[in-house]
Amino acid sequence: MATPTLKIENLHVEVEGTEIIKDFNLEIKGGEIHAIMGPNGTGKSTLASAIMGHPKYTVTQGKVLLDGENILDMDVDERAKAGLFLGMQYPSEISGVTNSDFLRSAINTKRGEGNEISLMKFIRKMDEKMEQLEMDPSFAQRYLNEGFSGGEKKRNEILQLLMLEPKFAILDEIDSGLDIDALKVVANGVNSMRNPEFGCLIITHYQRLLNYITPDQVHVIMQGRIVKSGGAELAERLENEGYDWIKEELGIENEKVGEQEQEA
Amino acid sequence: MMSVDTKWTFDEKYVKEYSQRRGEPEWLTEERLLAVRLAEKLELPKPEKTNIKTWNFTSFKHDVTGDYGELKREELPEEVRVLLDRASEGENILVLRDGKLVYRSISERLKEQGVLFVDIETAAKEHGDLLKQYFMSHAVDVDENKLTAHHVALMNGGVFVYVPKNVEMEEPLQTIYWQEDPEAAIFNHVTVVAEDNSQVTYLENYVSFSEQDAVANIISEVYAKPGANISYGGVDHFEKGMTTSVIRRGYAEKDATIKWALGQMNEGNTLSDNTTILKGDGANADAKAVSVGRGKQSQNFLTHIVHHGKHTDGQILTHAVMKDEASSIFNGVSKIEKGATKSNGEQTERVLMLSERARGDANPILLIDEDDVTAGHAASVGQIDPMQMFYLMSRGISEKEAERLIIHGFLAPVVDQLPLQAVRERLTEVIERKVQ
Ligand SMILES: Nc1ncnc2c1ncn2[C@@H]1O[C@H](COP(=O)(O)OP(=O)(O)OP(=O)(O)O)[C@@H](O)[C@H]1O
Ligand SMILES: [Mg+2]
Repeated sequence: MATPTLKIENLHVEVEGTEIIKDFNLEIKGGEIHAIMGPNGTGKSTLASAIMGHPKYTVTQGKVLLDGENILDMDVDERAKAGLFLGMQYPSEISGVTNSDFLRSAINTKRGEGNEISLMKFIRKMDEKMEQLEMDPSFAQRYLNEGFSGGEKKRNEILQLLMLEPKFAILDEIDSGLDIDALKVVANGVNSMRNPEFGCLIITHYQRLLNYITPDQVHVIMQGRIVKSGGAELAERLENEGYDWIKEELGIENEKVGEQEQEA
Repeated sequence: MMSVDTKWTFDEKYVKEYSQRRGEPEWLTEERLLAVRLAEKLELPKPEKTNIKTWNFTSFKHDVTGDYGELKREELPEEVRVLLDRASEGENILVLRDGKLVYRSISERLKEQGVLFVDIETAAKEHGDLLKQYFMSHAVDVDENKLTAHHVALMNGGVFVYVPKNVEMEEPLQTIYWQEDPEAAIFNHVTVVAEDNSQVTYLENYVSFSEQDAVANIISEVYAKPGANISYGGVDHFEKGMTTSVIRRGYAEKDATIKWALGQMNEGNTLSDNTTILKGDGANADAKAVSVGRGKQSQNFLTHIVHHGKHTDGQILTHAVMKDEASSIFNGVSKIEKGATKSNGEQTERVLMLSERARGDANPILLIDEDDVTAGHAASVGQIDPMQMFYLMSRGISEKEAERLIIHGFLAPVVDQLPLQAVRERLTEVIERKVQ
């Protein structure tokens, strides 16, 4: 099998009339893990949501190619079926739908009619992944994210990642709200996905997560585009020194896009 | 379509003959005669925000005659059989067709425990004195309005459940009331009595298959004696032509609990009153109801909990889905009387609108005459949350399936609480069909 690729080309995204992402370019190959870091409000979640197809975010220019195919023409569910996954910063709660029913439904839509996973196989897989993530078995029968603590929701996002086995995952602040032990568990979950068939984009504020998941590349986002890229050591420097040195280096006054335009 | 009498033609003579033909005790005949006289004078009820004046309450066939012998399980129509779980020794089932008992399956255990579970006709004949104590007593009055009077005058079906002291029934008591003759009126009366510290689960289904005009005028009275625990499940699914008035009232004494789980899926105009009176200290009520409105139907739902006793707790949850041009009013009333100290009343009413032409009104009302209490309410009317849709679809679930999951989840609080698998599945199917 050819190595999968996710290629973002000259992407521009607007939210309610304001351009947040501007000429964003990035290529991730199967087997690679990229990290995106950047100050609050610089467009990280906007990028993630736009790639997944959130209706509030309008792509005005550019392409997102998954194995050469532009996914921007696809509906949200089709993007998922094509192999994309978004671990959300704020996962929704769905009352009355159990975690397990939801996951089975998601797996079966992906597999298609006539090729459904057998109940036994599904249960075994779910048990195994939940154990790996040190989740209490009762979470299978809980309603989807309803009443979950912040950390439990994040763990549940990773459970979905492990169950759905996408080609590419974008994980938006998967580490926020996690205690130290949970951080390790979640990181191990992501690491267990590492293989040439899987690529990952991790959005985070903290170097801490990257101690457990070593990224191949680290990118800094400001003003809606990548302003600096480097290896794992870049994240360490950001952790120690913050973003000011980059701003100085590049002559950026305001890292947020909207505000800067207002000044202009 | 043949139209039946459009005015009320039932007089004392008719009612007396009807009562005697059924071999009813004198007290019941007298109650019916009183009711006929009251019916003339009393007005229709005036539900908040719904005009029912043009609704059909008089066009129906009252006394359906025909062959109503007992049926075997396999002779029941498919639509009725799907409501039954696989036959088991512990099951307790009564099926009434047009008010007449046609099928019964009663467990040995129920008999050993001395529980009565009989159709109302038999109850009147064989347990008349017991029935008399509870028939139209603390929970519902015959002279509340024209419809309560009609009900007593023409009651033509129902069941009587009596659970002796300290008896804990594990298996649910299941009843199915099915309209076969398309014009048959369902004037059904259900009385459930649970004596001190007993426990019982009762589950009823109402079904009809014809869209012709008819009337259902139903009253359930539920009495929980001190320490008793009653779970009452109901799934109503009458077809379009049926105009329904359904009153389900509970009366809970000291430390008693009454739990309602109602799936109100009628296709025709419906007036529903679900009230629980928390009479004794420490009494509890939990009233959950879900409904789906579609087509042009108009419905009015009152969920009402009245706190008299101290330390009483009342919970109301109503979830409804509205589509097409249907119109529904949801009135939730928590009434805390003076002296009901340390009581708690909470309610949630949520309406999901699937069409712009539909109407759904959620009116949570707290009426509180005592200072030392806690109460709260939450109400919302809105569309499906686009964030939830995005979340589900981002896992590969199609738009249609995502919508389906969210709606079923929204109506799950009642579905999940019903005690029998077959009834849960059937209700899920009905919801499926209605929201499509
Ligand atoms: N739905 C929206 N409506 C209006 N403004 C939005 C919306 N989504 C994002 N924005 C704005 O776009 C900018 C970028 O937001 P985004 O959530 O992408 O930032 P972020 O980099 O993920 O920040 P954080 O690190 O705090 O998560 C912000 O100024 C934000 O207010
Ligand atoms: Mg963000």
